[in-house]
Amino acid sequence: MSESVDTGILPDQKEPDLSYRDRFPLLALIIQRLLLSVALLFAVSVLIFGGVEALPGDFASTYLGQSATPQAVANIRKDLGLDRPVVTRYFEWLGNAVQSDFGTSWASRNSVSEQIGKRLGNSLFLAFCAAMISVPLAVGLGMLAVHFRNRIPDKIINVLSLAAISLPEFFIGYLLILFFAVKFGMATFPATVYDSMTFVERLKAVALPVATLVLVVLAHMMRMTRAAILSVMSSAYMETAELKGLGAFRAIVRHAAPNAVAPIINVVALNLAYLVVGVVVVEVVFVYPGMGQYMVDAVTVRDMPVVQACGLIFAAVYILLNMLADILAIVANPRLRHPR
Amino acid sequence: MSNETKYLAGRVTAGGMSRREFMGRAMAAGLTLTVASQLFTESAAAQEPKRGGHLKLGLEGGAATDSKDPAKFLSQFMFVVGRCWGDMLVESDPHTGAPVPALAESWEPSADAATWTFTIRKGVQFHDGKELTVDDVVATLKRHTDEKSESGALGVLKSIKDIKTDGDKLVLTLNEGNADMPLLLSDYHLIIQPNGGVDDPGASIGTGPYKMASFEPGVRATFEKNPNDWRSDRGYVDSIEIIGMNDATARIAALSSGQVHYINRVDPKTVDLLKRAPTVEILNTSGRGHYVFIMHCDTAPFDNNDLRLALKYAMDRETMVQRILGGYGKVGNDFPINETYALFPEGIEQRTYDPDKAAFHYKKSGHSGSVLLRTSEVAFPGGVDAAVLYQESCKKAGINIEVKREPGDGYWTNVWNAKPFCTSYWGGRPTQDQMYSTAYLSTADWNDTRFKRPEFDKLLYEARSELDEAKRKDMYREMAMMVRDEGGLILPMFNDFVNAASKNVKGYVHDIGNDMSNGYVATRVWLES
Repeated sequence: MSESVDTGILPDQKEPDLSYRDRFPLLALIIQRLLLSVALLFAVSVLIFGGVEALPGDFASTYLGQSATPQAVANIRKDLGLDRPVVTRYFEWLGNAVQSDFGTSWASRNSVSEQIGKRLGNSLFLAFCAAMISVPLAVGLGMLAVHFRNRIPDKIINVLSLAAISLPEFFIGYLLILFFAVKFGMATFPATVYDSMTFVERLKAVALPVATLVLVVLAHMMRMTRAAILSVMSSAYMETAELKGLGAFRAIVRHAAPNAVAPIINVVALNLAYLVVGVVVVEVVFVYPGMGQYMVDAVTVRDMPVVQACGLIFAAVYILLNMLADILAIVANPRLRHPR
Repeated sequence: MSNETKYLAGRVTAGGMSRREFMGRAMAAGLTLTVASQLFTESAAAQEPKRGGHLKLGLEGGAATDSKDPAKFLSQFMFVVGRCWGDMLVESDPHTGAPVPALAESWEPSADAATWTFTIRKGVQFHDGKELTVDDVVATLKRHTDEKSESGALGVLKSIKDIKTDGDKLVLTLNEGNADMPLLLSDYHLIIQPNGGVDDPGASIGTGPYKMASFEPGVRATFEKNPNDWRSDRGYVDSIEIIGMNDATARIAALSSGQVHYINRVDPKTVDLLKRAPTVEILNTSGRGHYVFIMHCDTAPFDNNDLRLALKYAMDRETMVQRILGGYGKVGNDFPINETYALFPEGIEQRTYDPDKAAFHYKKSGHSGSVLLRTSEVAFPGGVDAAVLYQESCKKAGINIEVKREPGDGYWTNVWNAKPFCTSYWGGRPTQDQMYSTAYLSTADWNDTRFKRPEFDKLLYEARSELDEAKRKDMYREMAMMVRDEGGLILPMFNDFVNAASKNVKGYVHDIGNDMSNGYVATRVWLES
């Protein structure tokens, strides 16, 4: 991410006939990034396909497991065309995928797109709820910690958030379940969501997993906010702000924060991506029907179309969020907004 | 009281049987009118089932990849789902394992047991209002026996040569005599569907006590009572909700917080903790599933029967049951059959841990050096611990076992049925014949001990078509002795099915057929308020 920020900073480059690239650096960057993303997605699809192929056991034998008869295995293989060479199968899949046809799941024979639609919706809902709480909370706590740096509130914030991140997420999940669902009976468990639920019921159902995720991602973002703002605080213009009589909190919000925003955005983007793609454990613990669980199920039986589609979506989420972080960093940085 | 009358009395207690039906069947089982009448009154007073309520189950085993087509049912989750909405032709008695009528009212074998005629029950309606006919039955069986079928029941049905109707009766012609044919039709894949489910295999329309209301693979399935159910002795709750919970701790938390009424697969390691919860009851049922250490009889060094015997005597079975199963299991005797099977050969001497005998046979075998045992956590829960325990008990007999831990991924392809000595598990089969045919017949694909004995095969085929039960039992004893004393199977333990329910769940039937009351849990229990 940072290397493209650097290529954008070329203040001495003042050629008379400006190329398209120089006149619209932001646009050029976005286009360049988008093209690169497509190439990356191709590479990811090859990697996943190769990876699943390399796993011991193919779909037919793993799916039927110990209850497979040779006849049933042969039938499935033939039916799905697994008897054909790997390369043929890959390009066939690719051909359909670029026409946005992800095919049907080998195991359940349901449309992959339809299945993923539901699961992705669930995952995004969970991630969105967690982000809505954790991002403002983390940035706010970070600023608070800076304001009271090296005093009691700063230390409390640090210790608590570090304690939360140090515990494995499933353990936090179990603790929350033990206290809020089993002992006090306040929260809904399991957090299974389904179609006929109302929005309020859904919010209630995700309360515990969201709380777990918030605790897990909070520390990372909070510490980065604190560190970034502290480094800006030691610069000359902050001294000026203080000398001209600005209150400490106002100085942080108005002067320090915008300059510190780039690294914070990057960390936030990383954590958001994690909230979407990295929460398998939380999904399992809370019995939440999200993408992670779906992909794990599919890998277990080598259900290639599903694994591919999930892998691509995960990769796309990562790439997109990282690109967004870069762009926002550039927009937030005044020097990059006016490259000439 | 015979097993049969005990079962009948149980059904009355469970509220599942009218006086008339009970009297008829009890007297057929040999009871006098007075005794039967008295038994009915006593049993009926014992417990009156309550109707109504919403039953919630939290089950392990569901996956996003689950198919709604009964032919492709694999998981424990779908096993229970299928039992809610569908019926087989035949069911198995929960206590004796004998075949009992379901959609087939009665059946009659030919003298050589190669032709079976089934009378199909009349007046049964599918959920869509269609009447069940013999044609639906034929279409269902044809779909499952089709060579191109991917049905999980293809294996048990491959001996069927011809399926046809005779008026409104079903006639099955087999390649060879098979006295167990009715029991084979109780396989959970063989749900009778309208027109065999050919038009829409995943429609989930059957004749069962519940209609499917919603289904999300691996997540949740809901059911509503079928008002036109043809049986009154089941389907007590109004609605059922089955939630997929693959995390053991999540299941326990859900049960102890009262969010679900019943969970399956309680980990033996935590069962004692769960027992302490005041609202929870542990339900453990003897099962046919067993954990095994298997040697290839045709591969050196295991082609030496003395080495095999040494390794059998070096197994400390009691310790295995205590440590690996937490006491929830029974010791095994090196043949894959236990008392839950019909025609179980009683009185075979129990093999026990005997380091001296093991050392004797080991010395006689002339083997030297260590013996390589492959294992994995996927072989069975605690598979690695069991291998290490075994290593210890072998050491006392002077046998050196080298334990190699294999990756779980691909264990069933690369290690099981491929390497000469490894740990594994077997689920039960409906009959002794099925168990032996699947894994101990010379030509079986899954003969994972490479046990190839022509005289064993001959006995197996003879027993299969023998309609005289006493003769058949003797044959099964002889076969058990062969496997026990000459086979490559070390069978330390049969594992119990350990489930748990909240205490207001009543009427749970401990069914020897399979886990979770043979899948019928949701249709057999009721909720006490």
